[in-house]
Amino acid sequence: MSEPTEEPRAVASTRAVDIAVSLLLLAFAALMAWDNWRSGAGWASDGPKAGYFPFYLSLLLGAASLFGLAKAILHRAGSESPFVNRDQLRRVMQVLAPTFLFCLLTQWLGLYVASFLLIAGFMRLVGKIAWWKSLLTSLLFTVAMFVTFDIAFDVIMPKGPLESLLGF
Amino acid sequence: MEALQLLWHGFEVLLTFKTLSLMMVGLVLGIFVGVLPGLGGPNGVAILLPLTFTMDPTSAIVMLSCIYWGALFGGAITSILFNIPGEAWSVATTFDGYPMAQQGKAAEALTAAFTSSFIGSFVAVLLITFLAPSVASFALRFGPPEFFAVYFLTFCSFVGLGKEEKHKTIISMSLGLLLTAIGMDTVSGQLRMTFGSDNLLRGINFLVAVIGLFGISEILLTMEERLALRGHAAAISLKVVLRVWKDLPKYWATLLRSSVIGCWLGITPGGAIAASFMGYNLAKRFSKDKDSFGKGRIEGVFAPETAAHASGTSALLPMLALGIPGSGTAAILLGGLMVWGLNPGPLLFVEHKDFVWGLIASMYLGNLVGLVMVLSTVPLFAAVLRVPFSAIAPMIVVSCAVGAYAIQNAMFDIWLMLLFGVVGYVFKKIAIPLAPFTLALVLGNRAEDSFRLSMIGSAGDMRVFWSNGLVGTITTLALLLLFWPLLSAALERVRRSMA
Repeated sequence: MSEPTEEPRAVASTRAVDIAVSLLLLAFAALMAWDNWRSGAGWASDGPKAGYFPFYLSLLLGAASLFGLAKAILHRAGSESPFVNRDQLRRVMQVLAPTFLFCLLTQWLGLYVASFLLIAGFMRLVGKIAWWKSLLTSLLFTVAMFVTFDIAFDVIMPKGPLESLLGF
Repeated sequence: MEALQLLWHGFEVLLTFKTLSLMMVGLVLGIFVGVLPGLGGPNGVAILLPLTFTMDPTSAIVMLSCIYWGALFGGAITSILFNIPGEAWSVATTFDGYPMAQQGKAAEALTAAFTSSFIGSFVAVLLITFLAPSVASFALRFGPPEFFAVYFLTFCSFVGLGKEEKHKTIISMSLGLLLTAIGMDTVSGQLRMTFGSDNLLRGINFLVAVIGLFGISEILLTMEERLALRGHAAAISLKVVLRVWKDLPKYWATLLRSSVIGCWLGITPGGAIAASFMGYNLAKRFSKDKDSFGKGRIEGVFAPETAAHASGTSALLPMLALGIPGSGTAAILLGGLMVWGLNPGPLLFVEHKDFVWGLIASMYLGNLVGLVMVLSTVPLFAAVLRVPFSAIAPMIVVSCAVGAYAIQNAMFDIWLMLLFGVVGYVFKKIAIPLAPFTLALVLGNRAEDSFRLSMIGSAGDMRVFWSNGLVGTITTLALLLLFWPLLSAALERVRRSMA
């Protein structure tokens, strides 16, 4: 692949993300450890209580994240590689944001209408493909999915107002 | 020859119009999934798993395993024609496969790849046919401590033998194990880590996590890298196929060596990736003409493909016989077994003979049919790659959502899938390995149950894990593997000070 002449500015360094993830994992481990301590992490008369196994796992997770955190903070030199640069982040968001919208729309419009909108919109707006091609591809794919899952294989997907209008 | 009789019975189960047509459907879908950028074996199987929920287990597993074979074959197409490895284990195939395509020998390279995949899988299936029943009947004697020791061994070997940084492997594994513990505790019925949420009551489904971790995150990564697809066209004629096959006996040593490496690494959780590189490197080392490797040598395609497929297939052996998946895809198939209400492990060979032998028979047949099919349809599938990614990406997202929803009919799972997609993306970029995470998610509950049952049985005495020769050996081996990096460093130091 050809490198652009000037590398776009990095949004975050790998080290910064390393530190952030370690902190998040540490917090998660602490939360889990606390909850399991509450449900009982010791021994009952008939063996370990419900919280025993997960409690020690959260300690393990906490210890490993702490190690990772210390390593990322102490090990400065050479780890300043960019995690993601601006162009990359923009491209990632180009797919992440529509996916989020798609999940949101699925709740109200049902999966099939949301999927039609996602595919047509994505092809047109991100891929710059002609309107008619985008709409047609999207329609064909969505109908094919509907026939495969809801009709042929009896796997029922969430539906919205359009499907109830059509009597499904 | 009880195995042969049972296998014959398996073929009888298989040879109905319905199963055979499902097999074809599975193969086509699989090749399709393998060819598409951003999807591969494990994701494809995970996403298509919901299709099988309403089928009987035998038809379901036949279709799924055919999707798997198809995806394996499909991966080779992208590696050779487009220099994009569909799977990590196809990386070694690109070393010589892509140069061959550049020299206009794409058809030879593809034929070599498909043929060696077939050979590798065939050797592994033979191994499964004759070894799996004995392993299973041996494992019938296992009690909870033995099972826990085997799980422990699997986890330890990941930490000890993995090439990633140790703490990252441990993070990935303990996080996975922790997530499986969310929900109702199977022993006491108590709720754990649900924080009053109804959605968490069900627990975190392993397949939802896998679809997000592999499917969605792969789309994010592919978008970020902005893949430019520039490939070579290829059509395979019968003449080329016969020419490659005629030369096959010349490479018997390479094929045999790679098959053995593959089978070994598939059964122990070393994995197909290691196998393909090892197969390639050894072929290079034993070759008289080392410098021609990497420049389009057909042996450089034979060696890694045979090893990868022998490994990918033999990974099913521990899954069937012990309930321990040897690879990511095997883990997902295992998840499928549980959805269909089958309990993977040694009892499967006793209680569900039809199922097990139907599956093994389908490996033979699926491979053979798959080989014929890919050889004849390469141009068609290579054309799939010319479809713009901006059309494929949203379709994959939709397929992932369908897959995630269908598992438990829960909207919450679609959100969970999205979350795991982001987690998978970040983890991949900061080199936290996902394989231990997947393994932990699928084995977590079983590992915990066997641990607690052992503890209940021994009244809390840890010495139960050394209570007899068998369990003691496995536990000790597990600890050795866990501390292997420290041990080998210490040994090295001793040796150096002696010298």
